[in-house]
Amino acid sequence: MIRFKKVSKVYARGARPALDQVSLEVGRGEFVFLVGASGSGKSTFLRLVLREERPTHGSVFVAGRDLANLSQWKVPQLRRQIGCVFQDFRLLHNKNVFDNVAIALQVIGKPRHHVMTTVPETLEMVGLAGKEKRLPHELSGGEQQRVAIARAFVNRPAIILADEPTGNLDPTTSVGIMRLLDRINRTGTTVVMATHDDEIVDQMRKRVVELVDGQMVRDQDRGVYGAAR
Amino acid sequence: MRLQFVLSQIGNGLRRNMAMAVSVVLVTFISLTFVGAAVLLQMQVGNMKDEWYDRVEVSIYLCPPDSSVPACAGGEATEQQVEQLQDVLTSDSLSPYVEEVFLETKEQAFEAFQERFGDQDWAQRITVDQMQQSLRVSLVDPELYQVVADEVAGRDGVEEVIDQRSILEPLFLVLNRATVLAAGLAAVMIVAAVLLITTTIRLSAMSRSRETSIMRLVGASNFFIQLPFMLEGAIAALLGAVLASTGLWLGVRSIIENWLAESVRWVNFVNTGDVLVVAPLLVAIGIVLAAISSLVSLSRYTKV
Repeated sequence: MIRFKKVSKVYARGARPALDQVSLEVGRGEFVFLVGASGSGKSTFLRLVLREERPTHGSVFVAGRDLANLSQWKVPQLRRQIGCVFQDFRLLHNKNVFDNVAIALQVIGKPRHHVMTTVPETLEMVGLAGKEKRLPHELSGGEQQRVAIARAFVNRPAIILADEPTGNLDPTTSVGIMRLLDRINRTGTTVVMATHDDEIVDQMRKRVVELVDGQMVRDQDRGVYGAAR
Repeated sequence: MRLQFVLSQIGNGLRRNMAMAVSVVLVTFISLTFVGAAVLLQMQVGNMKDEWYDRVEVSIYLCPPDSSVPACAGGEATEQQVEQLQDVLTSDSLSPYVEEVFLETKEQAFEAFQERFGDQDWAQRITVDQMQQSLRVSLVDPELYQVVADEVAGRDGVEEVIDQRSILEPLFLVLNRATVLAAGLAAVMIVAAVLLITTTIRLSAMSRSRETSIMRLVGASNFFIQLPFMLEGAIAALLGAVLASTGLWLGVRSIIENWLAESVRWVNFVNTGDVLVVAPLLVAIGIVLAAISSLVSLSRYTKV
């Protein structure tokens, strides 16, 4: 689903590369934790998959496409196959829960009846049934993140990228969010999650990829957070 | 769903930036009014030229018996001199410019005079002999008057060459100057309008940057992200153009149709029909302005 071939990314000339010769393959339906300290290249990895950045060297393949050959106007098509979840939720404060999720379908031109049926379904799946009319600030952090996950998943993307989705949440709430991501993963969706949260990584026992200073130092099936130390 | 979404986006944008939107409308209104005024003035000039240049002639006044002009020192123009002049005007070198030449005799001049002023007391005392012979020349292109005048002026028997057009020139001069003034103001206002639309769209885009970044993230196309902003600019400019057309229509109706055309009947004035011809032009200019401004300001905010 995602394949990195000797990918390097240098932001400023002469600076230390943010990613250094990273080769990695993530198969369809896999769940991968991307761990590492701040500045280790996790976010750069995610941005390369989204094609918000282009690699300095090497090639990135996503859903069978070589992103180097992807023309600018096809980038939106790529992003429709990827759902994104962030630490800071990135919801629209002036729109209610329903509209926040519906926007993902509206902007890609889905017909009204599709929106009207899919959005409540997805909200129910993430456990927010009955809260369609709430505004983001009326929800708890965990609920807001569920809205964000619903928005990422409502279009049934092949890949979910999550950048520290539990970073702002307490441990109990985080567990709930992880269960949700796990459920989504079980529907066959590839999930790549960047995180600092060792408890969660240790609990889930999924594949762990560790980055240190832009280099991949570990790729372990059913791994834990701190194995390399 | 898509259309509805775009419309609600536009509605939000306009509401959030109401003051700016209104100022865009007003500035386009003023600038397009000047554009329209300039066009209407030129239409008026065109109307008057069409109407009058066909009728105006070059008059070659022939020497009367007691003229003080040096060229007429030999006394009244002889028949031979008149024939010579007619030959010159119909010669190969001048004939491309000259459409028709005819000799107005004293009697004809007298008749025309009496017809025009016959009801006046003083006109009764004028006699046929006091009238002046002239050659009336109509030109193929009235603008090329000078060619004919140079060739004829100063010849024996010619007292004076008068281009009737020169009587109209001051009027055209005024109208043309007014056109230049209106066009100049229009140009300045259009620059202001473009800058203002650019700023407005930029502000609107910045205030919605969070929204657009999310739209981009979930795979909205560039066009779809930009469309609401472009339409916002276009709607404001369109309103300005409609206001300008309405303003011109009312102006022409009250000043020209209801007042000038009533009191000055010998001029073929522009009318509200002409304003309706100009209106689509103004609308087109307004939309082009908005389009250019949005292209300039949006290219920066919509990097994928």
